[in-house]
Amino acid sequence: MAAETETVVIRGRCVVGGVAEGRAFVTTQTISGWGGIDAATGAITEMRHERRGESFAGRVLVFPGAKGSSGWSHYFHMTRRLGTAPAAMLFTIMTTKIALGAVVTRVPAMTDFDRDPFKVIRDGDLVRVDADAGRVEVTRVRF
Amino acid sequence: MRLSDREKAMLDGAEGPARQRAMDLLVRYGTALGAERLIPVTNVAGTWSSTTPWVQADLDAPDDFDTIFSRFNLDSDDTVETPQAVVSTCQLIHGIDTRNHALQGFSREKAELQRKSEEFFGRRGVQWASTCTPYQVGNVPVKGEHLAWMESSAVVYANAVLGARTNVEGRESTGAASITGLIPDFSLHITENRLATHRVRVEAAPETMMDWGLLGYAAGEMVVDDIPLLSGAIPQPRPMHLKHFGAAAASSGGVEMYHIPGVTAEASSEEEALGGRAPREEFVYDEAARRRAFEHINAQASNRSVDFVMLGCPHNSIEQMWQIAALLDGRRISSNVALWVHTPRQIRALCDDCGYTAVIERAGGHVMSDSCPAINRATPPGTEVIATDSCKQAHYLPAITGKETWFGSLEHCIDAAMTGRWSGEL
Repeated sequence: MAAETETVVIRGRCVVGGVAEGRAFVTTQTISGWGGIDAATGAITEMRHERRGESFAGRVLVFPGAKGSSGWSHYFHMTRRLGTAPAAMLFTIMTTKIALGAVVTRVPAMTDFDRDPFKVIRDGDLVRVDADAGRVEVTRVRF
Repeated sequence: MRLSDREKAMLDGAEGPARQRAMDLLVRYGTALGAERLIPVTNVAGTWSSTTPWVQADLDAPDDFDTIFSRFNLDSDDTVETPQAVVSTCQLIHGIDTRNHALQGFSREKAELQRKSEEFFGRRGVQWASTCTPYQVGNVPVKGEHLAWMESSAVVYANAVLGARTNVEGRESTGAASITGLIPDFSLHITENRLATHRVRVEAAPETMMDWGLLGYAAGEMVVDDIPLLSGAIPQPRPMHLKHFGAAAASSGGVEMYHIPGVTAEASSEEEALGGRAPREEFVYDEAARRRAFEHINAQASNRSVDFVMLGCPHNSIEQMWQIAALLDGRRISSNVALWVHTPRQIRALCDDCGYTAVIERAGGHVMSDSCPAINRATPPGTEVIATDSCKQAHYLPAITGKETWFGSLEHCIDAAMTGRWSGEL
């Protein structure tokens, strides 16, 4: 028997418009662009990061935001050119690094949510991001 | 966003296709931030670096600099002609030292391409300062000046030490700012966002360069990207101390602004730094916190056989170069170790004239400029274990190069260069 699923909707502000769907890649730790990811694979490389070695390519990246050097946008720009970009970005802390990074990665991106995304979205959940409508739909196995 | 008539016209293409693309990017970026408007900037520091494999990918010719500029400095899908900068613009650290390109593993062709790119963008107004520390080579903004700077260690220095105003910008936003003189009005451009939010009580007073680095690394871990006020009996720092402190705090956290009453530009007192508010949180930096910072940075290292010593991140000042030359004078480093010392090319010219370059080279070291191993990923052949006096480099090199990296004082690093053994302890 298939597991019973439920759909939860959270709302937020559009940062970069567009619609995308993918499995969630959730980390409660900020991500370094330059010196923190491998743009060729989309993998996190920062030494003490909880998701070190795992790739966000094609996933809906749910994270607090950006940290580290100003190469952030350039390295996420590279993930777009190399085909390893996340499908969408959902983040909670607005900075110039994450804003510019999301803009040049050109994937749907949102922030300022009405519910804490880390409490709603679990790693691997199916997430549909409609940034134009300010809507995130999370399909997950019922508790 | 609210745009002025001139900005709207620029967005419509009235000042040419490149400025149209630049405005389009600035509006997309400003909208993403939730900024209400753009503001004028008078000084831009970014990167027009054109030689890395990723930037070189999918070009008709390696010297197609207009396409590189369009793609990576404007986020434009089509190629537009690179116009003149409209405000003072400098190139930060980049990939190749054209004097030492062979040591860094780059061909003569790559070095020539680098020179060609310098002429191309130079003629369009980009000053090839070629350093992460433009403020060490004459680019010293005044208090209150609005900038668009990249390079987290330079941004925190400009904001805190000089009282100029900039967020951490990126390659695309500085490219657009350079040819429009505009950047979104956000965060640190706005007075009330520059006040201290957290207090760090400094009980372990920093005396040495290593101390200032450790204090910065700990402060970054404490406040992440908020604004710390350093409180307590803090000895008078030199510019190099604050350079080290800021670079470390911007690596372990995302510190872009801080206050030290009586020292930094916008804090004559704790009250002024806090703007009359209470700090949101307080931390104590004591001996235990200092030790924790040292242990955190060095947690990834265990092999004490050092084969590469990297000094000069952020790029060394002339004072630091003089100190290194004095420590190396008449000595010879281990034949199993490579020693690279990094400084801006303008300071290297000064070192050449003062004889410091010759002293360092006679000891077996090399004086590098323009780049660093974290930026160009170049290390001497066979490097397995690195030692450095930089918290920033030790924070990033293990992830970038996959090699263990020891952090310690300049003296620890010189000792490792002489013996090939790491014996740095607190």
